[in-house]
Amino acid sequence: MAETKVIMPQMGESIFEGTITKWLKKKGERVERDEPLFEISTDKIDTEIPAPAAGVLQDILVKEGQTVQINTVVAVIGDGSTKPAAEGAKEPTQPEPPKEVKGPAPVAGPTAEAEKTSPEPAARSRPSPSEEEIRSSPLVRRIAKEHNIDLSALAGKGTGIDGRITKTDILSYIEQPGKAAPAAPRKPEEPARGPKAPPVPPTPAPMKFTGDVERVPLTAMRKAIAEHMVMSRKTSAHVTTFFEVDCSRILKAKEKQQAEFERSSARLTVTPFFVQAAANALKRFPVVNSSLEGDTIVYKRPINIGIAVNLEWGLIVPVIKNADEKNLFGLAKALNELGDRARNKKLTPDDVKDGTFTITNPGQYGGLIGTPIINQPQVAIMGMGGIKKRAVVIDDAIAIRPIIVLSLSFDHRVIDGATADQFMADVQKQLENWTV
Amino acid sequence: MSLTTYVEAIRQGIWEEMEKDDRVFVLGEDVGIYGGAFKVTAGMLERFGEWRVIDTPISESGIVGAAIGAALMGMRPVAEMQFADFISCAFDQITNFAAKCRYRWGAGVPIVVRGPSGGGVHGGPFHSQNPEMYFVHTPGLKVVCPSTAYDAKGLIKSAIRDPDPVIYFEHKFLYRRVKEDLPSDDFVVPIGKAAIRRNGSDISVITYGAMVYIALDAAKELEKEGIDLEVLDLRSLLPFDKEAVLESVKKTNKVILLHEDTQIGGFAGELAAIISEEAFEYLDGPIRRITAPNTPVPYSPPLEEFFLPKISDVVRVARELYAY
Repeated sequence: MAETKVIMPQMGESIFEGTITKWLKKKGERVERDEPLFEISTDKIDTEIPAPAAGVLQDILVKEGQTVQINTVVAVIGDGSTKPAAEGAKEPTQPEPPKEVKGPAPVAGPTAEAEKTSPEPAARSRPSPSEEEIRSSPLVRRIAKEHNIDLSALAGKGTGIDGRITKTDILSYIEQPGKAAPAAPRKPEEPARGPKAPPVPPTPAPMKFTGDVERVPLTAMRKAIAEHMVMSRKTSAHVTTFFEVDCSRILKAKEKQQAEFERSSARLTVTPFFVQAAANALKRFPVVNSSLEGDTIVYKRPINIGIAVNLEWGLIVPVIKNADEKNLFGLAKALNELGDRARNKKLTPDDVKDGTFTITNPGQYGGLIGTPIINQPQVAIMGMGGIKKRAVVIDDAIAIRPIIVLSLSFDHRVIDGATADQFMADVQKQLENWTV
Repeated sequence: MSLTTYVEAIRQGIWEEMEKDDRVFVLGEDVGIYGGAFKVTAGMLERFGEWRVIDTPISESGIVGAAIGAALMGMRPVAEMQFADFISCAFDQITNFAAKCRYRWGAGVPIVVRGPSGGGVHGGPFHSQNPEMYFVHTPGLKVVCPSTAYDAKGLIKSAIRDPDPVIYFEHKFLYRRVKEDLPSDDFVVPIGKAAIRRNGSDISVITYGAMVYIALDAAKELEKEGIDLEVLDLRSLLPFDKEAVLESVKKTNKVILLHEDTQIGGFAGELAAIISEEAFEYLDGPIRRITAPNTPVPYSPPLEEFFLPKISDVVRVARELYAY
């Protein structure tokens, strides 16, 4: 009988769980291989997961809104010959090794690197109760040792505070007939540890109040953002510097090249100009393209620029790899593509990995400028304000120029103000002297 | 059968020792004509005369200094501090001289320094303290804190007969509230021996002084819930009965350390260290302390009531520990 188990894929290193936000197929529905089957939300990305095999969606084991650990079986695709439910229900959340997935499963397959960091995802997600996890007391541990009892036999049976195994518990265990003998076999685990409390789906609905206050648990993405932001603030010594840039020339260049870009079905915005200027400046100021690891500054040859993309349900930072090797056209294409993929939840783990510098766009709703938080483990992030025509003084005359305010938040642990300002002056100079 | 109060038991103990041994004498403020602020020495002046019952000036340092000198000359002085709070005035004499005399010169100083300590009588910050730990920290001294009339009498006799300085802390709250029928023979209570006041199986409450009664009352209340407290009365703090402490902990596996003294540097901390060093593998829960907070003893009656460890404190902590 052909049956394929569909598992929660690992969407990048250090991600151990995902939330199923939407099933795109109903139980009993026919599904083709690589056809989108469900949508998930993880710490890092939101995406669609394709079916690993063709067949009939025999069973859905994890409901929408539930968060499960990676490699948990979330559905079963059969050939339509088996009755649904009955079989699937027996081993609902049993984790399976990744090799169970038939076919390439493009997005789903754990990367080689991910496998390295978590060689035994099943063991990690479903730990067996080891002695460290079982709460007891010095006395209980001594009694256990004296009677050659494996305390895991009492796991979950403690009557003390927080399920602690007390003297009474272990003594009554010993008194049970036949139990004083060597360690009882470990109990199979209860499936209760599988799915966690259901988080809310990531797409926000208009706020409906039932009282004065609504309490809404964080989505996986919101939580990841929250943790990352606080971690960054705690890690880096943030300083922000501001530069005004006259955009006359890049706007002219943009206008001139727009038509040409459109013929190649690429949209040209101002962002690629800033990415290119930043990439060039990063080459000249390698410390801005570095990380701090303990007492070591790690300089990075690749210049991978992350672009913060605002989504209805959060924020994501896809990365343009080797941005210094791309021309304006290449950058524009990459930006278009990543932006679209982010909005359509089609980003892959690789798309958000290995950034070395980040650009964000706090001015897109008219804000003058913001002071962005560094995207760890990077050491600098550039903010783009809104471009607005302003009166500026040029050679004692007042002129009207399209001005943008740029900010650079940098980590003062590795970058001093002078370096940061030289870097920004470099960016400014490139933009203001852009060849039209 | 007549009941003897705690304060009367002390008086009897000193009296009997004075009858038996004419080296024994008392000195202190108002111990003679007035008979002592709490009447511990009442009638002694008439019986033993002014050479053995000496009214002194108001100078604790002088009282203890004189006692040390007399002891070095072969006497057995019993010096009264009118309130144990004022023993601090004699601190140098006790800790630097009496406590170290045998160590430095081989000359024992067989003095007893006794006085009323403890709160619960609205005495305020200078008439309610428990200064035992200053002396427990001093090698060369012995420190006792009786809780019953029997122990009060038995320990004052042991203290007087002891060849080294003994600091004898009476609890003034117990003076006339505690009474019992005492045997008529010449009994003593050895210094350094604890007594089990209540046998129990669930939790050991290790305490001394007036708190013994708080523990016993709490035990009565907890008995209704099926929580069985053991109450161990240390009686002596220096030396203390380590074997009895460890034995009780090994029996019940859970322990509450209770004293009226404030918490930081209190005897409970020392006991907790000993227990975790020597009986760690017998513990089925954290060692819990119940003590006065780290403040002076308040004068205001409601504040003093809050300050002193209460039955309800023991009941609460015992319930938590029982459930642990």
